[in-house]
Amino acid sequence: MRISASWPAAILVLANVIVAAQSNSSDRDASVYAELAKAPGKAVIRHNPLESDPDAVAAGGKLFAQHCAECHGETASGGKKAPSLRVDQVQQATPGALFWLLTNGVVRRGMPVWSKLPEPQRWQVVSYIKSLTPVPHTLPESGKIPHS
Amino acid sequence: MSLPMFRFQSLIRFLMASAICLAARAAQSQESPYIVTYDHYLEEPGSLEVEYFSTFSTQRGGNAFHAFWAELEYGATAWWTTELYLDGQTTFNDSTLFTGFRLENRFRILQREHFINPVLYVEYEQISGADKILKEIEGHDIEADIAIPNAEARREHQHEIETKLILSKTFKSWNVAQNTIVTKNISPSEAWEFGYAIGVSRPLALKARAQQFTLCPENFTAGVEMYGGLGDRRSFGLHDTSHYLAPGIAWNLPSDWTLRLSPGFGLNDNSHRFLLRWGVSREFSGFGSAMGRLFGGGK
Repeated sequence: MRISASWPAAILVLANVIVAAQSNSSDRDASVYAELAKAPGKAVIRHNPLESDPDAVAAGGKLFAQHCAECHGETASGGKKAPSLRVDQVQQATPGALFWLLTNGVVRRGMPVWSKLPEPQRWQVVSYIKSLTPVPHTLPESGKIPHS
Repeated sequence: MSLPMFRFQSLIRFLMASAICLAARAAQSQESPYIVTYDHYLEEPGSLEVEYFSTFSTQRGGNAFHAFWAELEYGATAWWTTELYLDGQTTFNDSTLFTGFRLENRFRILQREHFINPVLYVEYEQISGADKILKEIEGHDIEADIAIPNAEARREHQHEIETKLILSKTFKSWNVAQNTIVTKNISPSEAWEFGYAIGVSRPLALKARAQQFTLCPENFTAGVEMYGGLGDRRSFGLHDTSHYLAPGIAWNLPSDWTLRLSPGFGLNDNSHRFLLRWGVSREFSGFGSAMGRLFGGGK
């Protein structure tokens, strides 16, 4: 059967594709933070409906560990693939802007869209991010951040 | 370096990478219950999802069969997912066969979420006529086509390019996805074939609980799919086509595994009366970084 001779080659092609896809970007963090400034006004002013939910931070922490920690680090202080979420740029952003970024991702910078998480779960993640202790960080020159 | 030595070294590297995959960190994913329909969500970049699926069905005019396939799905970037399928089947009172492979790529066209989110799907498949996974129904595929004994069916070789336009939207936590399928056998005498798949799904609970429970309702997503053929370029339409309606459920376990179950029901006389599909998958994040280090492409 001719098929049997072809599939190892196909696997090798896939392996090469995987390697070729790995890349790093030095200005990644700044451009991801700058993305927050692109949130439309309507999104920026949205309030977190779970702000007063006593379980939201804990539930958000659980979701963060499941879906976000691999890239942003277990303590959200940043990782090889994604920036810290404890910096001023993120901590001073409105919940609405964070929700918007989570929903839309930064696809060209490697952050996937997370609209597959139901809306309340995305707000729970936002609650968790806003509960983190901030660590000062220099603002990038590339854009304004919507402040709360 | 001689070509055989290069191939051998490449194979060794690939096997080592497979071992790394076992050591890579598992990540809980939020999988849909769809088995045939695609939504617009791609694999997370750098993650490898290893999946196994089965289709069991009885066969009028032939023997019951259990077809199975393995998928290696890799998120090359946030806008590009690439996938390798390996297909096989067991026909009862007949034989067990490896029936071919498929290479698939999905490309997200728009960077952000929109009212409708299109994804382009391109697949090359090299399978034999004995392939029975019924992953897509297209053209004039009908139940009688796969009643042929394996020894005869495996002699037919199909080299096909399959394309799909995936349109998907998640609104108020309901996902609605529609796939338009266009397939061309590379043989010039074969006509373009068409098919469709539609799916609707929703998590059973929208808010996550603070505690980790295996049976949390938010770990379950339920839905229903409908899929079938639309004929070919020479005879487009529903004549001599088969169609299925398949409810399904996905259980995203906290232990990083996802289980799927989907009983499918034939909607006309050309369809199998019943298809039972199930699948198990596990996502490994960080696989891409590990591969990059192994092949010298990463830091």
